[in-house]
Amino acid sequence: MSAGEKYVAAAYLAVFVAVLVYLVIMQLKLQRLQRELAELAELARERREREHQVASREAAEVG
Amino acid sequence: MSTWLRNNAGPATAVLASTLICASIALIFFWVPEDADQGFSQKIFYFHVPLAITSYACFGWGALKAFVHLWKRSPEADLQSYVAIHLGVIFGALTLITGSIWAKASWGVWWTWSSQQLVLFLVLFLFYSAYFMLRFSVDPGPARANLSAVYALFGVVLIPVSFLAIRLAEDFIHPTVFTSAGPQMAGSMFFTFCVSLAAMIALAAALYRLELTGKRLDATMRRLREALE
Repeated sequence: MSAGEKYVAAAYLAVFVAVLVYLVIMQLKLQRLQRELAELAELARERREREHQVASREAAEVG
Repeated sequence: MSTWLRNNAGPATAVLASTLICASIALIFFWVPEDADQGFSQKIFYFHVPLAITSYACFGWGALKAFVHLWKRSPEADLQSYVAIHLGVIFGALTLITGSIWAKASWGVWWTWSSQQLVLFLVLFLFYSAYFMLRFSVDPGPARANLSAVYALFGVVLIPVSFLAIRLAEDFIHPTVFTSAGPQMAGSMFFTFCVSLAAMIALAAALYRLELTGKRLDATMRRLREALE
């Protein structure tokens, strides 16, 4: 491999690695968002159950 | 077809960018002839210059969105301006890295302060790098968005200065390929350059959409958390 070829390979590799790093960062971000979404879904489920329990208790008291 | 494209603009841009990048690499390494003067190392040109032009375009787009924000006070325009400048800085860093490698291959040095084009591009890059320091030193809200927008608008003045400096100063170190007489290269080289430029712009557009979608999702999630807690 000549010196010119090495420099060309280095330049193209730099661009390729940068795009790859960017995609890894976006992947990590997506994973975080997925985790947060699961937490929020759990939070919404607990809240609905709590509201359901309150509604049942109120119905029993009235009855 | 147009509705499908509108709904799938992100993946469509990514597919376009991938296709154009593959095409440009094939053209660069298997079709376009070697430069008679610089030899094989001139092939860096086909990524280096499109990276620089894409970086200018991102900064310009960021400034345009900053102007829209100042005009309409739209948080979405502020977000778009931020993402465009972020990508401009990434493409700018790649321009400096590939340029430095090319300088070493052609001139024997990694950097030279005597080339006005190089120094002015570095100034532009550092100016927009400082944008993030300013943005994240202010609490989120209208004040941060307004300050960032004004800063982004000031920086756009440096783009024509950087672009024209080499022509005005008659810089003999950094080559001037595009003159008032047209591109100073063979037709096959110019075609390959155009494909590479389209590839870089498509790549920037795909990353812009991807990052913007991520940021919007982040904001929606924050609002949802506030509503649930």
